[in-house]
Amino acid sequence: MIEPSYILETKEQSIELHLNGDWCIDQTIPDFNQQEFDTSCAPPRLCLIDQSIGKWDSMLMLFVMQCYRWCKSHSITLDVQQMPPAVGKLLAVATAVVPYEPHPDVHSEAQWAWFGGRRIQQTFKTFKEFLEFTGSLSKTLVTFLKGDANTRTVDIMYFIEQVGPKALGIITLISLLVGMILAYLGSVQLRQLGAQIYVADLVAIGMTREMGALMTGVILAGRTGAAYAAQLGTMQVNEEIDAIQTMSMSTMEFLVLPRILALVMIMPLLCIYSAVLGMLGGAIVATGMDVSWSQYILETQGSIDLADFMCGIIKSIFFAALIGIAGCQAGLSCGRDSDAVGFATTTAVVRAIVYLIIADAAFNILYDKMGI
Amino acid sequence: MNKAYPTVQVRDLKMAYGSRVVQQHLSFEVNKGDIFFVVGGSGCGKTTLLKNMIGLIDPIDGEVLYDGVSFYKSDPLTQSELLKKWGITYQSGALFSSMTLAENVALPIQQYTNLTEKQINELVDYKLSLVGLSGYQEFYPAEMSGGMHKRAGLARAIALDPELLFFDEPSAGLDPMSSQLLDELIVQICEALGATVIIVSHELPSILSIGTNSVFLDTDSKTMLDKGNPKYLLEHSKNDKVRHFLTRTSEHESLS
Repeated sequence: MIEPSYILETKEQSIELHLNGDWCIDQTIPDFNQQEFDTSCAPPRLCLIDQSIGKWDSMLMLFVMQCYRWCKSHSITLDVQQMPPAVGKLLAVATAVVPYEPHPDVHSEAQWAWFGGRRIQQTFKTFKEFLEFTGSLSKTLVTFLKGDANTRTVDIMYFIEQVGPKALGIITLISLLVGMILAYLGSVQLRQLGAQIYVADLVAIGMTREMGALMTGVILAGRTGAAYAAQLGTMQVNEEIDAIQTMSMSTMEFLVLPRILALVMIMPLLCIYSAVLGMLGGAIVATGMDVSWSQYILETQGSIDLADFMCGIIKSIFFAALIGIAGCQAGLSCGRDSDAVGFATTTAVVRAIVYLIIADAAFNILYDKMGI
Repeated sequence: MNKAYPTVQVRDLKMAYGSRVVQQHLSFEVNKGDIFFVVGGSGCGKTTLLKNMIGLIDPIDGEVLYDGVSFYKSDPLTQSELLKKWGITYQSGALFSSMTLAENVALPIQQYTNLTEKQINELVDYKLSLVGLSGYQEFYPAEMSGGMHKRAGLARAIALDPELLFFDEPSAGLDPMSSQLLDELIVQICEALGATVIIVSHELPSILSIGTNSVFLDTDSKTMLDKGNPKYLLEHSKNDKVRHFLTRTSEHESLS
């Protein structure tokens, strides 16, 4: 390979650049040095001449383009007739279309205020969309209960299988461990008073009223909510949602309702299952602290009643609806590219967890006021 | 480059998905400077053939040779060297949606060269100007039309001045005018770069206007029906299906 170079010759009516060497991508290409030219008395023509160009690729064209831009800015004609024929062709193609000039950024002066305002506006918009979606879902539910909805039973059964049996493994593991964690947490204080038997009360009340529903909700938000958003988002990308709409079918009836109904039907059962598993986890820890199995079971029986279970079950029904809404809404409002599906999935999980925590706090305040 | 061999040789290639054979007994050659079309009806295995040729799917049997070098029998280093000489555009453009147009085009340059950032930026600007997308450097794929996606895909494919360019359905989803402009662009760029082109398509106007060589695949017999210059085959192909395809007539129409 011969190092690429050029020789400058200033003639009466033109500047000539005589190019030599191999102008390839693995060579160091000389920059078009504008300082060499006296622009104040520039001749009207810049000629590029193939003196002894060997191999060449786009790197030669980069140099030619630099010359082209300089000539254009100084109203000088660029002559490439004495270059390899393909250079002229490529230059013609590259300069055939006028470059697009984006509009200047109109928000630059008050950018922070603009972004802050946009953020607040976006938050209100999200809340409004949530209310609209929930309202639309309620209307669809009424249509479904009247028996007029275009919702397929087979879809509901399919999603019940996805939400319930297939999530049992992870719920078993998490619930058992949460029960054990609660037991260890209580035992630290209760042991000092010799009251470790009350670990059973702590775990039983904690799991039935609070942690059973909440932990199941968090698991399903990450597992099912994300899956719903990804499924519907991909359908949006593949134009399946458009196809459903143009067939005069309701996406709410056909896509959203079966998913949310499956969640609402299965989540209370998973919540009870989680509470029972949590109590079992607590029992495993308690038996290691001089509490017998029978003592633990008797204490558990005495500490909770149906109302405690109902507190958790009612919460779980609302949690299920919120997870479903977050997942389906994010999926249906997904963009058209692969990046958008990832964004929709993240949005679904984050929103579902935020909804869960807010709803949980609201329920606890409500239960307290009602004296339950 | 070894001048003794055609640019691409496909020898008795057999392709399948599991036990389902898609095409078999495919043998043809692509010569330097050809604009070669892989033609056939929907579902006949055109894209599968392309994927077999570029190493995305392994063939069941047969060979694909580039300048006399068998791709599938080569070591990974040789395969990587061959891949470096190819530019490939996909049906949808296959642009990375999380990257701007400039970043998409810069990706293969960063991967295969040691150019400085300034040189890469200049090269990206030049490649985008070649496909008429100068000024769109900071746009994301989601902000562009289907035609722009195709042209951006072409800019990325020619980023390293490939010797061999593969196109999968370049005109799919484009209006006739945009399709014609893209055809002209392909011819102009490939003539200037001296590249050989392999295009998978069933767009007759493109095949007949820019094609210099072709192979016709058949769904029913699962093999090739004919090969040669499409303009020649239009008049002289001995295979009825090929002539019907090129004249857009059904067998029923020709009988009547």
